[in-house]
Amino acid sequence: MAMFSQNPVLNGPNYSFAEVPQHAVDGLREHRFNPYTDNGGSTLAIAGADFAIIAGDTRLTAGYSINTRYAPKVFKIGGSTSSQDDANILLSVVGFAADGEALKERLDAVCKMYRYRHGKPMSVSACAKRLSTILYQKRFFPYYVHAILGGLDEDGTGAVYSYDPVGSYEREQCRAGGAAASLIMPFLDNQVNFKNQYIPGSGVGHELQERERVPLPRNEVEVLVKDAFDSAVERHIEVGDGLQMMIITKDGIEERLLPLKKD
Amino acid sequence: MDSLVARYSRPAAFQNETLSDDQYDDFQNDVSPSLSLKFAMPPVAQLTMSSYLHQPSAWLRAATDDRSNPNCPIKIAHGTTTLAFRFKDGIIVATDSRATAGNWIASQTVKKVIEINNCLLGTMAGGAADCQYWLAWLGMQCRLHELRHKRRISVAAASKILANLVYQYKGMGLSMGTMCAGVTPEEGPALYYIDSDGTRLAGNLFCVGSGQTFAYGVLDAEYRYDLSEEEALELGRRSILAATHRDAYSGGYINLYHVKEDGWVKHGFNDTNPIFWKTKLEKGEFTNVTSSLE
Repeated sequence: MAMFSQNPVLNGPNYSFAEVPQHAVDGLREHRFNPYTDNGGSTLAIAGADFAIIAGDTRLTAGYSINTRYAPKVFKIGGSTSSQDDANILLSVVGFAADGEALKERLDAVCKMYRYRHGKPMSVSACAKRLSTILYQKRFFPYYVHAILGGLDEDGTGAVYSYDPVGSYEREQCRAGGAAASLIMPFLDNQVNFKNQYIPGSGVGHELQERERVPLPRNEVEVLVKDAFDSAVERHIEVGDGLQMMIITKDGIEERLLPLKKD
Repeated sequence: MDSLVARYSRPAAFQNETLSDDQYDDFQNDVSPSLSLKFAMPPVAQLTMSSYLHQPSAWLRAATDDRSNPNCPIKIAHGTTTLAFRFKDGIIVATDSRATAGNWIASQTVKKVIEINNCLLGTMAGGAADCQYWLAWLGMQCRLHELRHKRRISVAAASKILANLVYQYKGMGLSMGTMCAGVTPEEGPALYYIDSDGTRLAGNLFCVGSGQTFAYGVLDAEYRYDLSEEEALELGRRSILAATHRDAYSGGYINLYHVKEDGWVKHGFNDTNPIFWKTKLEKGEFTNVTSSLE
C-alpha cells in the first residue's frame, strides 16, 4: 500500500499504511495503524434564493505528488438510475478520497432505496439528517471527510448543509471545505454574508449601519465561485487543475467544468 | 402456505444481494427508522495487545484529539460557553455560537441549544456531533416514554437516560457537557448537568465550557431566585457576553431561551458585537475598552 504515497510531508498525515515511525525512543520503533491519507483539494457551496451551487477542484494529491488532474469531488445523489439524470441532491466530499467515495456510495444507496420504497425522491432536509447519522455510525472510526450537501428545500429555496467528520451539521448560506477552506471562507463571509460591510455615510463610528443581507443572483455567485478558486490556486499547492461546478435549480442539475491553473 | 413462503423468503429487493451486515442494517433502518446503537470500530486489536496504543480508544484519541496530538488528522469542533439557571418563572438557557477546531473558527452560527421536544431543552458543549446525535436520540426516548406511559417524562428521568447512556460509553472518547432544562407539573423548573464522564447533578445554576468561569463570575454576582423574567433574560445575556469578551474560544451570537411550564420560548439569536457596544456605551460597563475613534 505504501507505494501509492510517495513524498510524505514532515509531520503530515500523508502516509497510507506506511509503517514509518513518528518518534524513535531508545531504539524502540513505534508502529501505528494509519488508515488515512489527505488527498487535498477544496470544495465550496453557496445557496441562493432559487438555486444552490456546489463546486470543487479536480486535483487529487498525496503528499507533494499530484496523482490525477481529474478526480471529481461533487456528486449527484439519489437519482433512479446510475446516470443520476433525475437526481435532486448534490454531495461534495473532500479529505480522504476513498472515504469520500465510500460515503457517497452509501448515501446514494440509501436515497435510492428510499425512492423505490416511497415512490418519490428524498427531501433535502431528510437526506441531510440521514447523512448526519451515517457519519455518526462511524464515530469511533470516522470517515476522514468534510461533506457538504446541497439542494432545494420544500419552498424551492437553495439549501446548503455542512458536516464535520463525525456528523454534526448545520444549514448555512455558504461553506468552504478542504485544504483551502481557511483561504476561501473569509472571502465568502465578506462577499456572501456581507460581514464587516457597512452602508457608507449611515453614521459615524458605532452608529454605522450594517449592509442588508440579500441572496445573490446566480450569475454573480458563479463569478464568485470562480474567483474564490482562482485565488486558492494561487496560494495553495493542493488546489488546481480543474473546477467542477454543479448548479441545482427547479429545472434540474447543470454541470460546468472550467479550467484552473495546472502548475 | 402463502404466509409460510412470505416468512422464509426475503423481499424482492434483497433477493440476490450480497450486502455486508452493516449495510443490510442500514436498509432495514430505512423501513423502521431507529437510531442504531451499532458503531463501526477501527480494525485494531482489543485489550489482548500489551501496548495501550493498540486499543481502539487510544487510536481514536491519536486521530481526533488535538490536545493530546496537535497533528491529529481529524479536527473535531470544540469550545463553548453555555449556561442555564433556575428562577421563580422557569429556567433561562443561554449560549454563545462559536465552534473551533484548533485555532480555526469553524463556525460562528452554531445552534448550541438543542430542542429535544417542545418543553425540554439540552445544551451543547464539547463534541458537536456527540451532543447533536445523543440529544436527538434522547428526544426519541422521551417520545417513546410518552407513548408508553401516556404522560410527559420528568426531567430527572430524561437526564438519567442520557447519563446512563454516556456511562456505557465511558472511556471510548465521547466528549459532551450538557444541561437538560425543563418544567414539569411534578418537579417545577428542573435543571440537570450531565457530562461524558457520567456525572449527573441537579442544581440551580450551571455554566459549562471553556468560558464557564467568566460566565460564573457575572452570574454568581447577580443571581437571585426571585429575579423577574426581564432581569433573568438580561442576566443570561450579560453572562454570555462576559464570556465571549474574555474567552477566545467563545463568541459569535447569543442564543437565549426561556423554559416555562407550557414549553420553551426563544428570545433571539443576536450578534454579540452590537450588544457589546450597547452595554458599554449605554450602561458604562467594559471601561477597560476604549471607544474613542482616534
